[in-house]
Amino acid sequence: MTPGDTRPDPRPPAIGPEQVRHVARLARLRLSDEELARFTGQLAAVLDYAAELAELDVEGLEPMAHPLPLRNVLRSDEPRPPLRRDEVLEQAPAVEDGCFCVPRILSGEG
Amino acid sequence: MTGLPDGWEVVVGLEVHCELATATKLFCGCANAFGAEPNTNVCPVCLGLPGSLPVLNRRAVELAMRIGVALGARIAPSVFHRKNYFYPDMPKDFQISQYDAPINRGGRLELPDGTVVGIERAHLEEDTGKTTHVGGTGRIGGADRALVDYNRAGVPLVEIVSAPDIRSAAQARAYVAELRAILVATGASDGRMEEGSLRVDANVSVRRPGGPLGTRCEIKNLNSMRSLGRAIEFEAARQIAQCAAGGQVVQETRHWDEDRGETVPMRSKEEAEDYRYFPEPDLVPLEPDQRWQAEVAASIGPLPAERRVRLLHLLGAAPTPAQAEQVRSVVASDLDALVVAACEHGAPASLALARTANEVAAEPSSAARLDPAAFATLLVLEASGELATSQSKQVLAELLATGGDPAEIARRLGFEPMDRGELAGVIEQVIAEHPEDWARFAGGEDKVRGPLIGAVRKATGNKADPAAVGRYLDERRARGS
Ligand SMILES: [Zn+2]
Repeated sequence: MTPGDTRPDPRPPAIGPEQVRHVARLARLRLSDEELARFTGQLAAVLDYAAELAELDVEGLEPMAHPLPLRNVLRSDEPRPPLRRDEVLEQAPAVEDGCFCVPRILSGEG
Repeated sequence: MTGLPDGWEVVVGLEVHCELATATKLFCGCANAFGAEPNTNVCPVCLGLPGSLPVLNRRAVELAMRIGVALGARIAPSVFHRKNYFYPDMPKDFQISQYDAPINRGGRLELPDGTVVGIERAHLEEDTGKTTHVGGTGRIGGADRALVDYNRAGVPLVEIVSAPDIRSAAQARAYVAELRAILVATGASDGRMEEGSLRVDANVSVRRPGGPLGTRCEIKNLNSMRSLGRAIEFEAARQIAQCAAGGQVVQETRHWDEDRGETVPMRSKEEAEDYRYFPEPDLVPLEPDQRWQAEVAASIGPLPAERRVRLLHLLGAAPTPAQAEQVRSVVASDLDALVVAACEHGAPASLALARTANEVAAEPSSAARLDPAAFATLLVLEASGELATSQSKQVLAELLATGGDPAEIARRLGFEPMDRGELAGVIEQVIAEHPEDWARFAGGEDKVRGPLIGAVRKATGNKADPAAVGRYLDERRARGS
């Protein structure tokens, strides 16, 4: 960085316990206070390591959506046999009327 | 429809989810079929079993591009993302969708009244499974358990997002009707709202005309045109009442309850909107080249707007409001080709249009089998007065049910077509028997026209077509004989 450059530090701020709690909630993980502290430290270290990438000069490079040099991998619209239903429903926690039966849902979209 | 109070305007943007008319799902070879036994069209890919990998359906991409071309969108290089959320309608716990790089960008849709609605994007994504809440009150919050059918999980969808350019419930309905006609015309979808092929979410806000946009609410569960119109009207009135009472509209997602006729907030945790989108590592970018795009563009037939113009052209004179509506409905139900073909076989355009919009459209399963030549023959019989309107409609019902020769069906039904000579003879006789009535009519007194026609009908046992009799009388008077 040259003197007088006002660009922000490219490194993201280190992660805090509040963010870790939020991410854990999104992933439906219940963390004890001790785990929260431990994972906050570990995640901060991982993010700090990944942040080294931000130091690379990528001026003029196209953003990359996939590491493989492939485009348009497609299949034809031809049906293939599905799984047998009894085999499928063996995976279900409970079964009712040929359906997966799950606990009631409080919110979300139907 | 109820209007808004003076000094308020409703602003609506619509998100239309359209199931594509492919044979298979978006990322696997399971059948894309409505109404199968639950969980019989599923495989490791659409169940998200470990080790399975999605492969994109070429046909789905083509249909998505057709939609883009029809809406004047730019077809762009696109990328798939995972939209993460916990809800049992997706066994993977994420939905593959397009996020910041959709396949179709921008575009416009012109309504029949000339209003232009901007299109922001039309992207590809997979549908979710179907959950049915059972036990308790049956409502989402009150149910005791949910049954999940994954047949629909992975079915290809295009989500078409409009700009907030819609200003009334009626306009929202017109937008969905026109979009539906385009989707059917391009072959992208069967357009069946009752089977869930088209599902609509509405973003609704209110404001003072010309003022800044208000806070919007997203209304879900709009599964029919009727629900769409009612929900927007209810929601606009609710928001206006809130503002008028000095309150503020809270940005939230609301559910349309068709039975109660109101929108109700959907309970959701604050972080529910945090979908943590990230690029789907199992799918590579999609970049249709110019050649493929050109092939897709060339495969699309005339769009509804153009097809309406064709019908209006056949009508010749400026359409009445009823005819304009018939033109819209005939194109929307994909029956305009029948009208055009019947006219090519000599049928009068206005009669062909009216019968198609009403009697033929009422029998959608038979309409496709109706022979345009036989249809035209029947309409010519009616127009020339050989069959009365009521008789013609009965012959048409037969024609739709079983096919055949219209003249033959008319004879079988006992509608002996009156030949013109015979009709003229009867009319002349009636005139001779009612010399005073005829003199008054000939002198310009139109109110005796009806009784004269009635007398002719009576003399023919109601076989004479009143319109044909009237024409004869008018012509005779014009000749001054
Ligand atoms: Zn599958």
